[in-house]
Amino acid sequence: MKFSILVEVQLLEGISDPAGATIERALPVLGYQGINDVSVGKTIRFTLEATDLSHAKELSEQICSSFLTNPVIEESTITIEEVS
Amino acid sequence: MDVAEAVSSLGASSKLLWHGDENIHGVDSIVIPGGFAHGDYLRPGAIARFSPVMKAVTQFALEGGPVVGICNGFQVLTEAGLLPGALQKNRGLKFVCEPATLRVETTESILTNKAAAGGNLHIPINHFEGNYTCNKETLKELQEENRIVLRYVNNPNGSIDDIAGVCNNKRNVVGLMPHPERACNELLGSTDGQVLFQSLLAA
Repeated sequence: MKFSILVEVQLLEGISDPAGATIERALPVLGYQGINDVSVGKTIRFTLEATDLSHAKELSEQICSSFLTNPVIEESTITIEEVS
Repeated sequence: MDVAEAVSSLGASSKLLWHGDENIHGVDSIVIPGGFAHGDYLRPGAIARFSPVMKAVTQFALEGGPVVGICNGFQVLTEAGLLPGALQKNRGLKFVCEPATLRVETTESILTNKAAAGGNLHIPINHFEGNYTCNKETLKELQEENRIVLRYVNNPNGSIDDIAGVCNNKRNVVGLMPHPERACNELLGSTDGQVLFQSLLAA
C-alpha cells in the first residue's frame, strides 16, 4: 500500500532559534504588533510502500528519529495518509 | 588538504581518507575537516555522519583513538553522537568569516595538551551554523567535567557559554568550530593553530 508522509520538524522549547527571533523582530517594523512566539521549522514530505498503516507509522517514525530529526534540538510531528 | 599541509609542516605524515572507504588504514589519529558536506542539506553533518568511513571512525574513537572535528567536522561528530550538543545558525543569521580570539579552557584534551592553560589563541572562523547549543543538563555536565576545551573571548555567533570547542568524557574526541589549520603559517596571519596540531601529534 502506498502512503504519503508529512514530517513537520520543530526546534525544541528553549533551543536558540535565530531565524524565528529575526522574523519576530521584523514584524513590528512592517506594522504588525503583538505577534509573538515565532519559530521556524521545516517540512519534509515523501511517499513509501508499507503493508498497512501500522507498518507505515513504524517506518516513518524510524526514519524520523534516526535521520530527519536531531533529537538534541528538534522534535517532529508525522502525518500519514494512504494514497490511492 | 589544509589540515594535511599543517600536519606536514610540523614534520608528521598524513593520509587522506575517502568518506566512501570503510577502512581507516591504521592511522594514529583522525581529523574530520571543515567544508559543506552534502551542501549542509537537512542539517550540517547529518548525511555525512552516515558515510561508510564513519563506522571505522566511531570504532576508533570508542577505543580511545584521537579524533578532532573542525567546523563541519565538529557538526559531523555531534550528529554521530560522539560529542554532545548541536550547532545552530549563528545568532545574527550572518555567515561569519573573521579572525577570532579563543581562550584555552583546559589542557586535558588531545587537542590542547601542549597549549598554555588560560592562554589566548588567534584562529579564524568561517561558518553560518556555528552557534553551539545544548540543554541545561548537558551544559552543567560539560562545565563540571571541565570538557569545554575552548571558549570565544568575544562570542561571534551566540554559542551558549561562549563555547568554541568541547571534548567527550574520555577527552580523546574534540570538536571545534574555528579552523586551526588556517593559523599555521605567518602568511595567513597567525601560527597559533600549530600548538593544537602539536598537541594532537603528541596525543
